[in-house]
Amino acid sequence: MKIRVLVAKVGLDGHDRGAKVLARFLRDAGFEVIYTGLHRTPQEVARAAVDEDVDVVGVSLLSGAHIPLVPRIIQYIREYGGNPDEMLIVVGGTIPHDDFPKLRDAGVDGIFIPGTPISEIIKFIKEKLPEKKKGGK
Amino acid sequence: MGELTEKIREKKREWEKECLEPWLSKCEREVKNFETLSGIEISNVYDPFDIEHLDFLRDIGYPGEFPFTRGVYPTMYRGRLWTMRLFSGFGTAEDTNRRWKMLLEEGETGLSTAFDFPTLMGLDSDDPLADGEVGKCGVAIDTLKDFEILFDGIPLNKVSTSFTINPPAGIILAMYTAIGDMQKVPRDKVRGTIQNDMFKEFHAQNTIVLPPEPSLKIIVDIFEWGIKNVPKFNLISISGYHIREAGSTAVQELAFTIADGMAYVEAAMERGIDIDKLAPQLSFFFNAHNDFFEEIAKFRASRRMWAKIMKDYGAKDPRSWWMKFHVQTAGCSLTAQQPLNNIVRVTIQALAAVLGGCQSLHTNSFDEAWALPSEEAVRVALRTQQLIAYESGVANVVDPLGGSYYVEWLTDKIERLAWKYIERIREMGNGSMVKGVLKGIENGFFVREISDSAARYQREIEEGSRIIVGVNKFRIEEDLKIPLLKVDPEVQRRQIERLRRVKKERDNKVLKENLEWIRSCCENNENVMPAVFEAVKSYASVGEIMGTFKQVYGTYRKPIII
Amino acid sequence: MNVEEIVEGVTKGNRKLLAKAISYVENEHPNSKEILRRLYPRTGNAHVVGITGFPGVGKSTIVSKLTEEFRRRGKSVGIVAVDPSSPFTGGALLGDRLRLEGADVSKNLWLDEKVFFRSMGSRGRLGGIAKKTGDVVKLLDSAKYEIILVETVGAGQSEVGVLEVADTVVVILMPETGDDIQVNKAGILEIGDIFVINKADLGGAENVERWIKYMLSLDEETVMELSKLSHAEESRLMERLRWKKPVLKTIADRGVGIKELANEIEKHYEVLKKNGVLQKKRNERAKISAIEIAIEEIRAEIVRRYKSLLDGEIDPYTVADKIVKEVLRC
Ligand SMILES: Nc1nc2c(ncn2[C@@H]2O[C@H](COP(=O)(O)OP(=O)(O)OP(=O)(O)O)[C@@H](O)[C@H]2O)c(=O)[nH]1
Ligand SMILES: [Mg+2]
Repeated sequence: MKIRVLVAKVGLDGHDRGAKVLARFLRDAGFEVIYTGLHRTPQEVARAAVDEDVDVVGVSLLSGAHIPLVPRIIQYIREYGGNPDEMLIVVGGTIPHDDFPKLRDAGVDGIFIPGTPISEIIKFIKEKLPEKKKGGK
Repeated sequence: MGELTEKIREKKREWEKECLEPWLSKCEREVKNFETLSGIEISNVYDPFDIEHLDFLRDIGYPGEFPFTRGVYPTMYRGRLWTMRLFSGFGTAEDTNRRWKMLLEEGETGLSTAFDFPTLMGLDSDDPLADGEVGKCGVAIDTLKDFEILFDGIPLNKVSTSFTINPPAGIILAMYTAIGDMQKVPRDKVRGTIQNDMFKEFHAQNTIVLPPEPSLKIIVDIFEWGIKNVPKFNLISISGYHIREAGSTAVQELAFTIADGMAYVEAAMERGIDIDKLAPQLSFFFNAHNDFFEEIAKFRASRRMWAKIMKDYGAKDPRSWWMKFHVQTAGCSLTAQQPLNNIVRVTIQALAAVLGGCQSLHTNSFDEAWALPSEEAVRVALRTQQLIAYESGVANVVDPLGGSYYVEWLTDKIERLAWKYIERIREMGNGSMVKGVLKGIENGFFVREISDSAARYQREIEEGSRIIVGVNKFRIEEDLKIPLLKVDPEVQRRQIERLRRVKKERDNKVLKENLEWIRSCCENNENVMPAVFEAVKSYASVGEIMGTFKQVYGTYRKPIII
Repeated sequence: MNVEEIVEGVTKGNRKLLAKAISYVENEHPNSKEILRRLYPRTGNAHVVGITGFPGVGKSTIVSKLTEEFRRRGKSVGIVAVDPSSPFTGGALLGDRLRLEGADVSKNLWLDEKVFFRSMGSRGRLGGIAKKTGDVVKLLDSAKYEIILVETVGAGQSEVGVLEVADTVVVILMPETGDDIQVNKAGILEIGDIFVINKADLGGAENVERWIKYMLSLDEETVMELSKLSHAEESRLMERLRWKKPVLKTIADRGVGIKELANEIEKHYEVLKKNGVLQKKRNERAKISAIEIAIEEIRAEIVRRYKSLLDGEIDPYTVADKIVKEVLRC
């Protein structure tokens, strides 16, 4: 089964280098990647995640607005009938470690700090997704 | 001369055969083909033959003279050190005002403003799209009221201020001018810089509101107005920094920045602006990345290129040929892992900027891969500059690397590669740089070039052929709990409250008239700045003014190329 | 999730279950055929419009603008956008959705309840669509989306696959693709019902327009000739005799010419509906699709049953004969 990944930029921050490079590398790793483009709202990201029935939602943020934006995405996924417990939710960008617990509590599975090699992210998805899918059933 | 050259040539042959060759087979390093960070192939060693084609007087010369390869001033840092300017801003105007005063007390010599994303995008703090982002990675500015607080107790005739602001650049310039007027500072003492460079937003940074053409129109409006009203203020900071951060090579950074600069100058001349009037109010902004010599060569090449260009455009005053630039160390080179290593990275990068002859410098803080810098981290960043300035001795001689075979060769090489790009862009515009740059924005040329370089760089890291210390080599298990800055979560609420209050207390009739005036300027293709200045003084918000622009020009969604 | 749940969900307009149903179909989940069978009676109401053309001509932009236009006309819109999967890694960058207007546009298509957008990787299938695109269209149809836009891969090769799913095929061209050889090679003239020259702002659109019109007039003549000879593709011929293929110009990113395009699309549908051409066309497609499904199953069965046979020493021709005899007997 193909793994479908939504690579999302949420909020006003326009730094898309990370997201675009990630999208390319995930494709090369054999995933089906849907990139949202810039400046999406949490609702838009959530809607795309549900309609596209993705397995992984990857959010990239360098604006410091991960709280509240990321928890909101998860909340809207639920509201739109999706089940974030069956999806792998990962966040990358400038995220202070103080915020890690808050993001985890909100349902984030993986947090990747700047400089993380993409191979690590790929490994994480391949390892964690099956567990998550099982758990969600 | 000829005899000497022959002697050296003979020596070189002998050296290659007898000295070098036996060693080549013994090279232990895995790397075989050495390249600069940007992929320029480099030799083992450089000698006079590598710069044979260069002419000292024509290409290198003396600082303060054409083509300014060695610096725009004859005395450089002996006369005056570069401006130590740390980009900072967070929370409300009060928070930022406090941080600024601390920095000035610690020896910072210029201010540099980081705005939050809503302000950068021309949205008010109460806009639904601003929700969650107010004051997060910069200071929130809605109206002149915030500026009054931001500059409280900071005399504008004593310090220059730089503003990283693009779509709303004219609004911010108007606010700053208004503050100067309030402080009764003569207009020719108001100094600073607005970034005001929309082209690089389209190429790289994506802070985009209006379509390219009206964006350019407003930039030229600002030139016209600024030349008359704030003659000592840099009306644009033509930026390669963000192009580099988006993943470009050094050559692309240089080439695209200069191409953009040429386009702005051409657009201004088309409007009838005197190039010698405009030139002193232009400035540039580059990135200082990891490859030490490549960066120095890039800075030196940029000055030489710009001098030639401005002369070619017909600028008469030698000062018009100067390229003055600000440098920021590469944010994208910072790692979250082993954050203290960033101090060393920043030091090397800052040193390159100084050896490259920058006019002002921002050094990144070591914790910035995690959050906005803490007070302690900012202090170290500032101290790094002070150490270079006062302890290292590198500032005592102008262009100390001038004449280095390698650096001169590389300077020339980078210049040549950059010209190639510029010629390509000129061709896209059938001879016009304005058209060429607009075309490259529309057909995705710039974005594609940059994205490809970014992917190549990442691939090298993934494969391990490019080593990032602490990331793909020399890793450790570490506790990453360094103390970080926290922005008060109440900022948004307080900022919205203030905005509401201002909106209630201002004279809304005058305000309406001013916004109408702006609209009519847009519709009739007149300079918008006089109207913007009046609107700002009547406490129009950033969002209201940008909103008026949007109504006339429409908003722009950039085609996305992955 | 069981068949019942999903069928009921799709019927009731539950987006999440529609999304799941699509995944089931795409991944050939064991339940997927049953789901499709159960939902089939609900299909046949949607007007399926294929949007095809070379890479970067503006297909996605036109899809977005058409969606907006059809929404304005009160119709719900389903979109299936296919992008190429890498034959080596199977990976794909599904980049069509990001052209859909969102955020600061007053009508936000990302959040519009009556718009459903789904991206698909071609997953090894050639011809411009994925193997399961047709079934995904059926699902959207059964969920009562009135207009279904299918954006093909745009690989620049013959994208005939779109004919298997679409009632109306719109071929997008742009000034730079105007050179005759390209247009000829792609077999584009035959598959298109409506031709659009996008990016008319770039100049040179008139040349392409003239060229296409000329080629179409030649094509028309051949069709007339052929109609006397061939019995194949009856519906196609009937349609061609009644429909003069229009050539339009658009500037999609500015919305210019989109209304006219929507009008032509609607007009074509009316023409099809008249005299039962549409029904004929769909019947033919259903027949083909039934055969495809059957072949697919037989193939799977053969692979299952006769795998070991292929390990033997006998040549493949003899083995094949043996298999066919057996299979056809049962
Ligand atoms: N100048 C101009 N550009 C356009 C027009 N329509 C679309 N574009 C631009 O053309 C580029 C490609 O548009 P898409 O809509 O992605 O094209 P596509 O055919 O879907 O591309 P693929 O799916 O990659 O094959 C984008 O940058 C659009 O903004 C137009 O009418 N004029
Ligand atoms: Mg497309």
